[in-house]
Amino acid sequence: MRRVHAFHGGVHPPENKAQSLAAPIQPAGIPPQLVLPLAQHIGAPAQPVVRVGQAVRGGELLAEADGFVSVPVHAPTSGTVSAIEERPVPHPSGLPAPCIVIDTDGADAWAPLAPLPEAERADPTKLRERIQGAGIAGMGGAGFPTAVKLSPGPGKTIETLIINGTECEPYITADDTLMRERAGDIVAGTRILADLLAPREILIGIEDNKPEAIAAVRAAADSDMEVVVFPTKYPSGGEKQLIEILLGKQVPSGGIPADIGVVCQNVGTAVAVHEAVALGRPLVSRVTTVTGEAVAHPGNYEVLLGTPMGWLLERAGVDSERARRLVMGGPMMGFSIPEPACPVVKTTNCLLVPTEAELPTPPPAQACIRCGLCAEACPATLLPQQLYWFAQGKEYDKLEGHNLFDCIECGACSYVCPSHIPLVQYYRASKADILARRRESEKADHARERFEARQARMERLAAEREAKRAERKRAAEAKAKAKAEAAASEGAGGTDDAQAAATADPIQAAIERAKARKAALAAGTAGEPADRLATLSANVDTIAKRLAAAREKLDAYDGGEASVAEALKRGVEKTEEKLARAEAELREAREGASEEA
Amino acid sequence: MSLLRITSPHAHGPLSTTRVMQTVLLATLPGVAALAWFFGPGVLVNIAVTSFFAIAFEAAALKLRGRPVLRTLDDHSAVVTATLLAIALPPYSPWWLLAVGAAAAILLAKQLYGGLGYNPFNPAMVGYVVLLISFPVQMTTWAAPRGLTAELPGLLDALRACFDPASFDGATMATPLDLLRQNSDQSLAALYEATPQLGAWGGVGWQWVSLGFLAGGLWMLYRGIFTWHAPVAMLAALAAMAALFYDGGGPGSGGSPLFHLLSGATMFGAFFIVTDPVTSAVSTRGRLVYGALIGVLIYLIRTRGNYPDAVAFAVLIMNFAAPFIDYYTQPRSYGHARGGRP
Amino acid sequence: MAWLADYPLAAAVLALVALGGVFGALLGFAAERFRTEGNPVVDQINAILPQTQCGQCGYPGCRPYAEAIAAGEAEINQCPPGGEAGIQALADLLDVEPKPLDAEHGEEAPVKSVAYIREDECIGCTKCIQACPVDAILGAAKQMHTVITGECTGCDLCVEPCPVDCIDMIPQAETLKTWHWPLPDPAAGRVEVIATDRLQDRAA
Repeated sequence: MRRVHAFHGGVHPPENKAQSLAAPIQPAGIPPQLVLPLAQHIGAPAQPVVRVGQAVRGGELLAEADGFVSVPVHAPTSGTVSAIEERPVPHPSGLPAPCIVIDTDGADAWAPLAPLPEAERADPTKLRERIQGAGIAGMGGAGFPTAVKLSPGPGKTIETLIINGTECEPYITADDTLMRERAGDIVAGTRILADLLAPREILIGIEDNKPEAIAAVRAAADSDMEVVVFPTKYPSGGEKQLIEILLGKQVPSGGIPADIGVVCQNVGTAVAVHEAVALGRPLVSRVTTVTGEAVAHPGNYEVLLGTPMGWLLERAGVDSERARRLVMGGPMMGFSIPEPACPVVKTTNCLLVPTEAELPTPPPAQACIRCGLCAEACPATLLPQQLYWFAQGKEYDKLEGHNLFDCIECGACSYVCPSHIPLVQYYRASKADILARRRESEKADHARERFEARQARMERLAAEREAKRAERKRAAEAKAKAKAEAAASEGAGGTDDAQAAATADPIQAAIERAKARKAALAAGTAGEPADRLATLSANVDTIAKRLAAAREKLDAYDGGEASVAEALKRGVEKTEEKLARAEAELREAREGASEEA
Repeated sequence: MSLLRITSPHAHGPLSTTRVMQTVLLATLPGVAALAWFFGPGVLVNIAVTSFFAIAFEAAALKLRGRPVLRTLDDHSAVVTATLLAIALPPYSPWWLLAVGAAAAILLAKQLYGGLGYNPFNPAMVGYVVLLISFPVQMTTWAAPRGLTAELPGLLDALRACFDPASFDGATMATPLDLLRQNSDQSLAALYEATPQLGAWGGVGWQWVSLGFLAGGLWMLYRGIFTWHAPVAMLAALAAMAALFYDGGGPGSGGSPLFHLLSGATMFGAFFIVTDPVTSAVSTRGRLVYGALIGVLIYLIRTRGNYPDAVAFAVLIMNFAAPFIDYYTQPRSYGHARGGRP
Repeated sequence: MAWLADYPLAAAVLALVALGGVFGALLGFAAERFRTEGNPVVDQINAILPQTQCGQCGYPGCRPYAEAIAAGEAEINQCPPGGEAGIQALADLLDVEPKPLDAEHGEEAPVKSVAYIREDECIGCTKCIQACPVDAILGAAKQMHTVITGECTGCDLCVEPCPVDCIDMIPQAETLKTWHWPLPDPAAGRVEVIATDRLQDRAA
């Protein structure tokens, strides 16, 4: 028997699991419309590959993964793509996000499924491709692309594969029923994961409040898989806590389990992997617990992804008079959904519809009395009340110094707080604030670098121009000097004085030079009036041509944008002005030339 | 269906601040009952009058500070402070003494710092010390216990003592701690022989009062109101100090460990004052240190200091040190190397 | 030295003078020995400024403004993009009282904006390119220009020079990526009622 370790803190909220365990998993059916968000996972949203109006069959690809940390979306049943647009999605913000909407036809016609051939199952790359291609993201609640977790990276060997059947959140029984009814699929999926990772040991961790699930999984498990049972305590299902329970090791702060040779996968994920590899079926449905006192028929439903929550709740007999909130997930970490039109997604393990009596609206927060219950409950051994003070004062350095980022937001501190302070909310907001600030300061640094680079470039250009001018000046001076010297060496005596004066008074010399240059220029213009006339008339021609083009463009533009027409007109006017100026110049030059002649 | 948008967790544990305070009040009952039995009903009048003043001051302060009055009063913290202060004060104290004590505790030590949760010092102990320093005469006359006086005052006498102090003349007696501190030539055995109020362990009456508070404290511990760390550390440290300097019960002895545990405000302090979460250290290791240092200080002040009962001073001194203790006893967070401190 | 004992006042004065001399010398030495190169406070101020380089403060960029603050020539409340948070940070750094934002220099925008060039209308004059302090506009003479959104600081400086007014400042909408949890409001408790009757309607 394996020694089970304890983790710090934790709470024992009422389990409330019996309500939804009365009946076996039942199919929820096909709703008239499915709404499939493009981002049901952590990472880049998938890219749609269907167009509006296209008919799709079950299992067909709707949107493909966009990069490594991303997974595709498939059609859960047959129907027609009726829209690709922003719809409300299950997210605490209540903001809409891009979704593919399918009007189902009820026929449930499926594209042929292609299991991964036996020969290819030994190839980890092929397996990973298949797992990503089936759209599998962590089904326990976080929704991290599974294939990424199965690629620990070079140099990291996986010692332990942990299959998480803990389900420590109250009310939720989706994993419990899955283990009772589909233990064989879980074991088959675990086998595939084990083939992929080649771990030294395979552990299936289950809390001791699920005796039937434990018996079922024990009966189905292979000889090299160990089912480990440990005492019920929230949040032992947290990945880091489960690893500590089973192995007595802690994941380093800021690291991932693979850093200590562990990969953790949810039982639901194992089933999805089995279906993707052995049956060729992509992830298009999941088991969701629908429970709470406002629901007449609580239980576990096999739900097509994209099913509107409101539709599912009606099937479960929700009493909308008594329903006070709709929570996706459990009562500890779930978030309230403001809009029943939100669809069920890959991470929807539970829909909880409690009555006011069941989960009362929290009273206003009282003062913190520093009782320390939160610190005792914290599974990450943080000092929640200290973090609370710092969060109130927005002391971000101190928050980070007190390891705010090791908080797993399990809610144990808020649960025990006698003053009903929404502690987790303070931490969530502070974390987001710190990250936003970090991003902003990175952006500011970047902008500063670009600004400084630009300043440097401008200075360099100015310096180059200056250097060129100085160069020209020097050349001219040298020329003048050479000329003067030549003159001096030619004639004797008299010019010596002039030269002496020139060297003695450089300013005078510069003025002289400027005069000489002007005179030379005037002579030049006078000397080659034909050249100048030619340039000017060519100039007039070009501008006239440009004006014609601009007019044409103005005439051609018939569009409604008044501002565009305005801009074009202004362009024409400007060109006209330019043309007039050029013509006037040409005229002047011609007159000058004729006078001279 | 009108849906509430509430952040997680949606479930909440059974404990609330009001419940905690009510439990503390209930837990004082055995000790208060013993006090009333051995020293007469003075303590009951003390509690009633001090509570009245405390609530009045708290309400006034909240009103002035623009805080919700009724909602805040509902946390019962003012009554708890008043009750603890009233228990610590001598029975048959005049009303003005109780009023000044309540004012010092509620206004000076609590509301001036920002109310419940923000006070660095235990309000009841601040009230007690302010009175002890300001009115030493009134504060050091303790009623004689049942059995050592002809007749205990009745409830009417107690009310008279409170509101018309001049007309009250109750029997008073030195407390056992006083006796021991003033003793310099007799051995402990001789002293116990000579003075009946020393009783068997901690003094007549006193030992039962202490056991009453111990019972209440154990009940709170069972209810999970506080953890065992601070009170156990304090009692253990005090007993250890007494044992270390017991000196075989000679004239220089500071008294036996049992005497120190069962006399004065030891048990009351250990379970009702040291456990005050607001002013103590927070982490479990911190609370061990905090409690132990209070125990050591209590012994030192009792035997070497000027005031016989040292709990209030020891607690206030350690209140100063609590943030410092917290800083050095931060637990190691999950996933961090041992010894890592921010 | 024995005579000093007879004049205690003189002794005290002497001692104080001697002490003053010693500590003065020590401070002088320390100031020389540990002299800091450059002016780090300018860098610190500059690090707080948002680097939009917008010039709303009246200085040609964030660094010049930082230098002006360090020299005591400018107030700390002249930076609208930094907003109240920026002023607070500057006040903390310089240990002065924070002041409200000087309205003369503009108001803090609630949402950040980025420039957007209506490309059909752009005549390719390069004026905005010259105006952009962070080289966030791409284009060449008589070619259409466009803004590299990721580099744009939203400083507004390109809007004015455009001869055909084809640059818009578009406020960036909140998305799932940029949204984050707000801090709870202790006064309001944590309840926010979102009334939605959809389910009821459908059920009815």
